[in-house]
Formats: sequence, structure tokens, C-alpha cells
Amino acid sequence: MRYAKRGRLRFTSHRDISRAVERAVRRADIPVAYSAGFSPHPKISYAGAAPTGVASEAEYLEIGVTRPCDPHRLRADLDASLPPGLDVLDVVEARDSGLADRLEGSTWELRLPGVEPEVAAKAVEAFVTADRVEVERLTKKGLRRFDAREAVLTLAVQEGQGRAAGQEPDRPCVILRMVVRHATPAVRPDDVLTGLRLVAGLAPLSPPEVTRLAQGPLDAATGEPADPFDFDRVGGDR
Amino acid sequence: MSVESLFPRLEPLLPKVQKPIQYVGGELNSTVKDWDEASVRWALMYPDAYEIGLPNQGVQILYEILNELPDTMAERTYAVWPDLEALMRSEGVPQFTVDAHRPVRAFDVLGVSFSTELGYTNLLTALDLAGIPLDAVERTDEDPIVLAGGHAAFNPEPIADFIDAAVLGDGEQIAIAISEVIREWKDEGSPGGRDELLMRLASTGGVYVPKFYDVEYHPDGRIMRVVPNRAGVPSRIFKHTVMDLDEWPYPKKPLVPLAETVHERFSVEIFRGCTRGCRFCQAGMITRPVRERSITTVGDMVENGIRESGFNEVGLLSLSSADHSEIGDMAKGLADRYEGTNTSLSLPSTRVDAFNIDLANEFSRNGRRSGLTFAPEGGSERMRKVINKMVTEEDLIRTVTTAYSQGWRQVKLYFMCGLPTEEDVDVLGIADLAKKVIHAGREATGSRDVRCTVSIGGFVPKPHTPFQWAAQCDHETVDRRLRELRDALRGDKEYGRAIGYRYHDGKPSIVEGLLSRGDRRVARVIRAVWEDGGRFDGWSEHFSYERWMNAADKALADEPVDVDWYTVREREEHEVLPWDHLDAGLDREWLWQDWQDAKGDVEVEDCRWTPCYDCGVCPTMGTEIQIGPTGKKLLPLTVV
Repeated sequence: MRYAKRGRLRFTSHRDISRAVERAVRRADIPVAYSAGFSPHPKISYAGAAPTGVASEAEYLEIGVTRPCDPHRLRADLDASLPPGLDVLDVVEARDSGLADRLEGSTWELRLPGVEPEVAAKAVEAFVTADRVEVERLTKKGLRRFDAREAVLTLAVQEGQGRAAGQEPDRPCVILRMVVRHATPAVRPDDVLTGLRLVAGLAPLSPPEVTRLAQGPLDAATGEPADPFDFDRVGGDR
Repeated sequence: MSVESLFPRLEPLLPKVQKPIQYVGGELNSTVKDWDEASVRWALMYPDAYEIGLPNQGVQILYEILNELPDTMAERTYAVWPDLEALMRSEGVPQFTVDAHRPVRAFDVLGVSFSTELGYTNLLTALDLAGIPLDAVERTDEDPIVLAGGHAAFNPEPIADFIDAAVLGDGEQIAIAISEVIREWKDEGSPGGRDELLMRLASTGGVYVPKFYDVEYHPDGRIMRVVPNRAGVPSRIFKHTVMDLDEWPYPKKPLVPLAETVHERFSVEIFRGCTRGCRFCQAGMITRPVRERSITTVGDMVENGIRESGFNEVGLLSLSSADHSEIGDMAKGLADRYEGTNTSLSLPSTRVDAFNIDLANEFSRNGRRSGLTFAPEGGSERMRKVINKMVTEEDLIRTVTTAYSQGWRQVKLYFMCGLPTEEDVDVLGIADLAKKVIHAGREATGSRDVRCTVSIGGFVPKPHTPFQWAAQCDHETVDRRLRELRDALRGDKEYGRAIGYRYHDGKPSIVEGLLSRGDRRVARVIRAVWEDGGRFDGWSEHFSYERWMNAADKALADEPVDVDWYTVREREEHEVLPWDHLDAGLDREWLWQDWQDAKGDVEVEDCRWTPCYDCGVCPTMGTEIQIGPTGKKLLPLTVV
């Protein structure tokens, strides 16, 4: 199942989303399978959730059902049951349990309010020409230091200018677009932003608005994530 | 005049704060009405963090009832955490509602539900962020009426300076009546401004407007009298009682948050009121008489609530849920209906007897038998007679033995420390009781795999109870007894490892005591604490006893009273208490007699099953006990 988290619902954490999905599944009477044992849990698993505060057009989850369901009907039912902003986009019957492994990379869009395009272009240039960009992030295991450069396959200033939410209408923003390979430790959009600050002093005035646009197997030819459901839909080999 | 959403200004702040989802609204079953189409607009506040406030039943019920009125709208607002408060101040974003992010100051009423006095400083933060003057007398026609409700509103005197009005008791009908008064007044062109509106509300007799009453003091600090300062306001203000709960089956559309909250379940109140007569229990005294919701209405509400919310847990709420006249049929009927659906049922607030274990067994049919909770409250038999919690040691041991032998592995026991007439031995008795519990459990199961947890907190005397005259125990004594109890439990080689111990230290209870039985002079202390940064006093990581004591020393320096005077001082029979003009229906002479009986270890029976003992509520309020049985049963749900 592919779903989006949009608008103000980008502030949900992955725990918030899992509670919302479980309740929506119950309200929509979807025949979800439960684990055995003393405290049965619905069989729903979430692949690589976008961080709290980051919007996404391409989040994925797998849901186990007790009997065959029509994917179109399931999409419509669950979408109607979820709050607006958590929107179910696509549902396919899984051929195997390998969805998470097929999510090899993501395309991200970053809107940087109040940044001049030339300044952003210079920062991007400095970032992509560097061999390594060491960043630090506080994780659950403490402060970790790692390279944010290698996992970034492409990073560019997008043509034209947009606007970020909550911004004055007359203040444009710069839009960056990047493809990042999923690695360990994961390189997140804020790590790249940290990198841009370190290599070129790029510092947006207010928090950037980040959206995941796509997620999937990295296409060797284009370098972009392809649709991870192609495998399930065509029934062919990878 | 329409109002703009504050969300575009709030949104850039949200990535910088903890748990931003709590500020965005959009809960399932929340309501956003058109501003211009409503003539009466309520902002409802629970003065604590969203995670505590969202599940609050009182706010949810009033929110739904008010929004059902065609010309009225209600939105909700909660206390913002200090991280967002700082950003809102620096960016000039005022206190907002989470529904449509409208500024709180633009509403007609700011209704605040106080379950506990520890939310008072959060009220001041919200008023200040909203741009509403803290002092009620400085407010203009541009400010909402600040209206307090909830159990703490039965003595609103410590916040009398900050509120315009208070309402006692059940909110359903009076909220509608207040809306009606405001609508009429606005339809007439708001004659006389807010003063006339408050006068109209006060003259109904159901709304307390503190500024229409003067408090006069004796030179020694005691209150001489509380009198109306203008014609047309009643000398006493009465509580409100909803008499037929089946006519008010709310919440019908329970709010389902995206953020995690403290109660992730659908709750149904199965009855209101309690006449067990526990003398420490303010809730039991001020919510009389008992009014049951019928078994069939409860069944319908559960079915509807699960369908509307998607929650997988249902809680049957009340002050003593096992006392419902048809609780057995209700438990069995609901357990039958939801067997195999992964919907779990819970029954908080039960008393100590074997019948409760039958109920708990019914509710855990498919699940694990983990823990059962009982509240003997007093550690010794004498103590339990003083507080009128009629549980003998024999009852307790028999009950826990049954629980352990039927597969329950853990028993939690709740107690209070610092009760009137308490001595060290009464608290240390808890250790002996807990050891006997474990001993009985090991005998019953033939296993050492049984546990017992003792949970204990400091007692705070509350208004409108027989203990309203009592001296609160000082925190040094409470803390010493709690320490000695801990040592007695931990030091025991045979049983110590099977007994868990959780306690709350005594200092916060002193502040709660100051606020519970305080008068209008305590407002200065609250304000000084708030100005010094006091927030979220119900949270141990934010609470500062020293801040409260320093503020009280300064704020009360010119008065003949201090914190001890409000807390550890016993009152005389005829001393005027700050809440004496606020009427919960309880006869003062009966309360005093019950206080004397407490000291003489004289118990009182429950008036549901024994003759009336003249507490005064029914004749004063024109109410009566409403209990079943109806004889009806819950039929299996038909699958469509």
C-alpha cells in the first residue's frame, strides 16, 4: 500500500500513523490478520517511514488480511476511513514479502524559504564536488558522525521558484531536488541540509519544508527510484 | 467580523517544538463550524497538555453538545508546552484553538475545566498568551467571559480574581442555558456590556460571578462573611445535576486524536455520583445522588463509540463501577458481544470484594490475567473506619486469594498517607498487609510467581467533604512515614522482593492543599508563582515546591495567614469556609456530624441499600437516587 502524508499531517510521527491506520482499519471493517499470543496485534508493517515534520507522497506499508480483498475497494475504504492528509494512493496484492528490500532510494524535494537561488546553487555545487561531507546527528544511540555525501546520488536546484507553507505570500523560496540511496546509517534530508550549511554556510531563515516524492528500486538507467509495485503488478522477475 | 486562522503563523514554529502534532487539530470527529454563522462561540480549555486534556470526558461532552446547537460553536484549546510558549511570545502568536486555529480572545466564552487545582498556573499562561487581562476586572467587551467548571470549581475562590464566572456540577444543561442567555443578550445588541451579561448570568442562580460578592475578614485572618455587593444576585449558588443520563448519551462522536494521549480508549460513564460515603472523596460528595445509565443505553453507546472511533478498548467509567445495579449482566453481555473481536473491556475504580474478580474474569476472557487493582486507601482497620472505606483485612485477603487462585499474577493496592488521626502504625500496617497478601497468594497458587504493588500518595483535605475542617498532615511527617514504610517493605527477606512500592512525596500535596481550601488571597500566590515561571504544576519535572513557598511568603507577607494556616490548621465548626456560599446540596451540619463520627470510628452505610442518612443533597437539589435494575439484557449484535 502506498500512501501520502500531506499538509499539517506531516507532523505525525510513525507511531501516530500506525495508531491512525490501526483505527482506520477497524472502522473500515478491513479483515486484517492478527498475530497470535496474549496481546494480538494487527499484521501491519511500515517500511522506512519519513521523519516527523517531513511530508511524503510515497510512504509504504504492508497489511496482512485473512481473506482475498479487491485492492481497489480496499484502497477506497481505507482512504475514506483515514483522516484527510493521510491518503491511500495505491494498493496491490503483494507477490512476496520483499517490499522493504525493494525500497532502495528516495526522491526528496526541499523548499528553502528566503534563500536566493544563486546562493543555493553555489552551496549545492560545493556539496556535490566534495568527496565526503561529515555530519553529526543525535540518534537514540547518541551522537553519531557519518558521511552525508556518498548516499546522495543527485542534488540540484530545481528550475523556477515556489512557496513554502506558512510563508509570506511575496517571499519566494528555492526548491532543491535530490535522490538519496537508503543506507546505514540513513542519510536524511536534514543531514543533507546540515551538510549544505557546513560546506557553504547555507542557512534558511525558517525551517525548510521537505517532501518525499518517490521511493523504490533505483533504476540503473535513470538513477531515479522506480515504482516498487511494478514487481507485484506485472508478476515478472526483477 | 470574521477571524483569520492563525495556522499560517503557527506552522513555521512547529518544526522547532516537541510533538508538533498536538497543535494541528484535525482529530477524527472534530468539528469546525463557520464563524459568521454562529452567534455564540465557546473556546473550551483543558488547562494541561494536549495528551492529558484531549481524552477528558467533560470537555468532549460539552464540545459535542454545544456544537449540536445550530447557532452555537465550540472549539478546543489546551496548555502549550514551554517550548512553543517561548516561540509564540517571540513571534507574537496568540493562544489558539486546535480546531480552526482561531485566536481564543475572539470567542464569547473561554470555558475552562478544572479537574485539579494544579492547572491554575496554566490558566494564567493561556490568558496571557491570548491577550486577555489576567484580572477579570480589567477585561473589556473585547474579551471573552472566562468561565470555570469541573470539580475544582466547587471552590473557585483562589482563582476568583482571574475568572469571570464559575459553574458547579454537571455541565450539559447549564452550558446550553448559558449559550441561550448570551445569544439573547447579543441579539439585543449587547446592552450594558459584559457587566450586564454577567449580571444576567448571575441572576439565574446557576452561575457564580465572584466579583458580585465581597469577602470580609476577621482581624485574625478568618473569613467573617461573604455577601453579595449588589441587588439581584443570590446569596447562595447551587450545583447542577443532570437527572436522566439516558437522555444525554454523550460522547456520541468521540474525538480520536492523531497524537498519543494518556487514555487511548472509548469511555462510557455508566453512572454518575457515589453514595459509598468515603469521607476523603470530594467526587463522591459533590456528585450525589447516584444516577445510573441503563444497561441498554450503555450497550448502544459502546457499540456506537467503537464504530465511530476504531478504538480497541472500552472503559466503563464511574466512581465505583462495580456498584451499577446491573453490572453483572452488563459485563457478561459486553464480553459476549465482543468476544473474538480484539476489543478489550476495562472497569476502573472497583472495590475490594470477590464479585469484582468475577467481573474482571469476564472482561479478560480471551486475554491475559495480568493485574488487578484494589483501593483499601487506609492501611489499618481503624484508619479505614475513619475514612468510611468499609473493607476488613479479612475481606481483602479473601479477595486477593481468589484473584491469585484464578490466574491473576499481580495485585495493586492503593493507599493514602496523612489521613486525619493517622499515626505511624497505621501506615506501617500497610507493610504487614502486603506481606499477608503475598503469603496468601503463594499458598493459593503453590507458586512464588505472585506480586503485589503498594501505591501511596499524600492525602489532601477537600472542600465539601467531612474532612474540610481537618488539619492536613505536614509533608515532613508524610515523607517520614513513606520512608519508613519503604524500609519495612524492602527490608523483608521473605516477601520484600515480591512487593513493589510506588509513592508520591508529600510536598506537592501541600501546594494542592493550599489551592484546594484557599480563599481569594491565594490568588496572589498563584500569580506570583506564574510570574516566576511556574507552569504545569501537575508534572513533577516542572513543579517546584520552593517556588510556591517563596511566592507565598512574599504574597501573604502583609496578611495574618500563611501556607500552614491554609493547610495544617484544623478549622472550628462555625468558621466561615471560603466555599460556604457555594452549595453542593450537602447539609453542613451533616458534614460536621460525619467529621465527628470519623474521629469516633463510626461508619455510615450506603444510602442506596439502607435508609437515607440525611446528607441533604436530594431535598436541597430536588433530586433522587436513580438506580435499576431494569431487568433488560444485552442481545447479541446482529451482523449486517
